[in-house]
Amino acid sequence: MRRTLLAILFFVALVAIWAALVRAQIWSPILLPAPEQVGEYILHALKDGTLLSAASVTLRRLLLGYAIGLAIGLPLGLLTASSKFIEDTIGVLALGLQTLPSVCWVPLALLWFGQTESAMLFVVIMGTVWSVVIATDTGVRTIPPIYARAARTMGSNPLHKWVYVILPASLPFLVSGMKQGWAFAWRSLMAAEIYVTILTGFGLGHLLHYGRELNAMDQVIAIMLVIVFIGLLADKILFSPWERFLHRRWGTGRT
Amino acid sequence: MSLQEELQGPPPAKLIVEHVSKWFRQKRHNVHALDDVSLEVAEGEFIVIVGPSGCGKSTLLDIIAGLEKPDKGQVMADNQPVLHPGRHRLVMFQESALFPWLNAFGNVMFGLKLKPGLRNSERREVAKFFLHLVGLEKFMQANVHELSGGMKQRVALARALAPNPRVLLMDEPFAALDAMTREQLYGDIQRIWEKRRKTIIFVTHNVREAACLADRVVIMSPTPGRIREVFKIALSRPRDFNSIEIAQHASKLTAALKEHGAIAAATSS
Repeated sequence: MRRTLLAILFFVALVAIWAALVRAQIWSPILLPAPEQVGEYILHALKDGTLLSAASVTLRRLLLGYAIGLAIGLPLGLLTASSKFIEDTIGVLALGLQTLPSVCWVPLALLWFGQTESAMLFVVIMGTVWSVVIATDTGVRTIPPIYARAARTMGSNPLHKWVYVILPASLPFLVSGMKQGWAFAWRSLMAAEIYVTILTGFGLGHLLHYGRELNAMDQVIAIMLVIVFIGLLADKILFSPWERFLHRRWGTGRT
Repeated sequence: MSLQEELQGPPPAKLIVEHVSKWFRQKRHNVHALDDVSLEVAEGEFIVIVGPSGCGKSTLLDIIAGLEKPDKGQVMADNQPVLHPGRHRLVMFQESALFPWLNAFGNVMFGLKLKPGLRNSERREVAKFFLHLVGLEKFMQANVHELSGGMKQRVALARALAPNPRVLLMDEPFAALDAMTREQLYGDIQRIWEKRRKTIIFVTHNVREAACLADRVVIMSPTPGRIREVFKIALSRPRDFNSIEIAQHASKLTAALKEHGAIAAATSS
């Protein structure tokens, strides 16, 4: 209760500082709009539906791309951790591509897929897969070998061992890898939406982009706030329950 | 198999180690870990293998478990050659090797779930029975990190006993525990062994521990790992770790270890 109150106080103070800066008129109101202007835009965009439809377009792309990225990345990470050959090939490839900002895929994606949903999806997947591969790989490698030995003496065959020992044992790394993958998916998608207009759907990135073109900083800041808000919400809904479970079971972190 | 039979269990196994040799290939040179090791273990016998680190005692245990393959020779368990690990020969490791993603009960259930021919309700009964046997019935739902070192090893013992192995292999299971907890566990392990006769092979470098637990103590020396001498400890059970007889046997064992160069004699060091 006390913690919630302090947190609320902190954010109220942030907005107050923002409002005070606007009042002081150090910068032109075009460059730094007042909080109430931004709030007004959000209310307006909520009412006429642009915000919700843009958010749903973006989230659909994000979730789909992220899910595909996980579906490819998790098994690949398990493979790179279990075979020297795959480690030296796919593993090295993943390590290299992870350092490549996924915006760099945009030109290729446009040439290959045109201005389509597939292009967007491709960029998101490329942003997600490699970090998930590397996190999974690290997770599997850090498992104490004694777990697998203990399981083998109890009659665990290779498949059983993977499902009931290796996967749960690497869960802490998997979850942080999935979290990182989620962050990368967001970044890739926003970059792609800001750079590329796609006729089949008008996402948050596009709203941000048009805000800039129209010099409507209230719109730009509003969209940024919405993105931050969705990010926070996703963290609380998708990852917090897992992390709480891990901390409780493994006895890590503060309780 | 009925639950009652399951809880009483099959007879313990007879175990024969026949001329086992093992090398470990390393970059510079090959390490000769075991050299022509032979050992016969009777049904329900409590064997303790003593030797300094590097004498191959853990390797021998791994070979009996089926986790490692011998380069020469073989291990026979109940007249069957040991080719791979199996639930008839369960291992209790030095660190508890409990799975942190499962609670105490889940850990004991792990091996039971791999055992065919039981209903799930029966498995749960068996798991509860063994947690009770090691005195942890109140900690069934506890997470691994919430247990003390001694409690962890007790859960590990329950986990190893629950699937009813015919042989229990213990690799310095108490080495990481404090003296008080260890002495308590000596009592526990003897009590449990009296109740549920198992063939036990127990590896340690603590001679007193060996004298306290063993029917027979096997002395090994390093480079290459060889069996040097076998001592019979003909004391009645339960034995008190702090009794004079145990101390006397322990000093005999120490003398034997020195004689075989297993530990450096005072003059040569």
